[in-house]
Amino acid sequence: MVVALSHYLTVAAILFTLGIFGIFLNRKNVIVILMSVELMLLAVNINLVAFSVQLGDLVGQVFALLVLTVAAAEAAIGLAILVVYFRNRGTIAVDDINLMKG
Amino acid sequence: MAKDILVLGPAWPEVFLACAAMALLMLGVFRGESSARLVSWLSVGALAATALLLSGTTPERGLTFGGMFVIDSFAVFMKMLVLLGSALAIVMSLDFNEREKIARFEYPVLFLFATLGMMMMVSASDLISLYLGLELQSLSLYVVAAFRRDSIRSTEAGLKYFVLGALSSGLLLYGASLIYGFAGTTSFAGIARIMVDSAGDMPLGVVFGVVFIAAALAFKVSAAPFHMWTPDVYEGAPTPVTAFFSVAPKIAAVSLLVRVLVEPFGPLVGAWQQIVVALAVVSMLIGGFAAIYQTNIKRLMAYSSIGHIGYALVGLAAGDETGVRGVLVYMSIYLFMNVAAFGAILCMRQQGRMVERIDDLSGLAKNQPMVAAALAISMFSMAGIPPLAGFFGKLYVFLAAISAGLYALAVIGVLTSVVAAYYYLRIVKLMYFDDPVDVFDQPIGRPLGLVLAGTSLFTLLFFVYPAPLIFAAGLAAAALYAG
Repeated sequence: MVVALSHYLTVAAILFTLGIFGIFLNRKNVIVILMSVELMLLAVNINLVAFSVQLGDLVGQVFALLVLTVAAAEAAIGLAILVVYFRNRGTIAVDDINLMKG
Repeated sequence: MAKDILVLGPAWPEVFLACAAMALLMLGVFRGESSARLVSWLSVGALAATALLLSGTTPERGLTFGGMFVIDSFAVFMKMLVLLGSALAIVMSLDFNEREKIARFEYPVLFLFATLGMMMMVSASDLISLYLGLELQSLSLYVVAAFRRDSIRSTEAGLKYFVLGALSSGLLLYGASLIYGFAGTTSFAGIARIMVDSAGDMPLGVVFGVVFIAAALAFKVSAAPFHMWTPDVYEGAPTPVTAFFSVAPKIAAVSLLVRVLVEPFGPLVGAWQQIVVALAVVSMLIGGFAAIYQTNIKRLMAYSSIGHIGYALVGLAAGDETGVRGVLVYMSIYLFMNVAAFGAILCMRQQGRMVERIDDLSGLAKNQPMVAAALAISMFSMAGIPPLAGFFGKLYVFLAAISAGLYALAVIGVLTSVVAAYYYLRIVKLMYFDDPVDVFDQPIGRPLGLVLAGTSLFTLLFFVYPAPLIFAAGLAAAALYAG
């Protein structure tokens, strides 16, 4: 069986959906949300690289590298905010992030 | 193509701002914690110098960085607004941060980086530069939202903003990857060419991509139904940061939304117009009705800003040059009246502590007539009562909607602004007709007083000489459609 573009796109779509569900359905831990965000960004990278190979165009791969870089910065800032929050609140359970009702 | 990477001309203001921000960071590190005030004023100076450089750039359309960065009258207009909003927010923060003991030099520097990101967003003409500008802005904003790091509220606001912001970035990227795959290019000009060539026979992937990108940008401008982060973040973040959030990033995100929808996806206007109309209607309704039940003034301002974004989107929904001009006029007036309102909110201190309940404003007119007058002007203006500036903002967007045949949208807009007038006028009533409960601290501090006076005078006297702003907005909109 040849692994075609559609296979890559399907995997990416599944990963992306898992990421979104991970953010909304997860009730336990904020770290899981951070992992879900990473999952979404990696799904996008699969998309970009697959399209880039398909089109024979390098821009997609450059884009993927930039996304990786920004994802690293984003994870760093997310974890930093999480640490600060944990110091104040003593918990990072998603259900406890409810001081302001919204 | 390879050579014009070296032509930095159109991007000089950004290059300068980036260098200035890094230099100020170094200055802060070497001078230590006591340098917060100095770095703040120097940041305001850097923003002013950037604006000066920007006004010196040629008004013709120019591209650089291999076509990823565009400068035109539209970009210059929006960047001026962004720079003004950031500078005012930094000035408003000065005394607040010192009182609340969060005066650190990183604060203005983060504002500068956020502003740089916004300028990149406004000038983006490629999906890659769009994403990078947006992230530079967002990452700085997550940090300033959590800037009062010993407060649960502020850190919770930062955390919520981060999670939902990251989600919207993910949506944006997924949309961008689909567009790249199905259109074969990331540059706005290239996408526009493909849109024109394949008119009527658009690949489904591109339409999906547009929907993803529109949803992500709706998150960033906090248009309903993607607004759920707004009230919490506005309430939790330190008040000057909230003031900043409600103006500069909104203006940048709106201009990004306008450019993305008009430039590459202009030929798809039939597809995105319905989305924008739906966003506008829901935002106006949420902004009108949800704010009625609020007791916290910052939450009320959050819902009010959702409503204002709804009105601005009415202009965009018209989908033509008049509509875009309406959006630009609306956003510039919104900047002034919102800064005036937040300036007044920053005066709400009792015995050295900030208070945020709407009831605390009772009888303000007897104790502090000037602050009360400024807040009243801003509230009347937001309600859209002539001859204040807010009326003209609404006038131009509704005119555009009517000339585009969107009568239902304009009627809904007028009706929801009547609903919204209730809670704006309630604040005026509390200040002028109720008995004072507690006296607010005096004095309010000179920088804040100047900002408050300047923005409310603009709001009050805009009708005397509105021509320059309207004319500049018209030029900017024309530039967007010519490009």
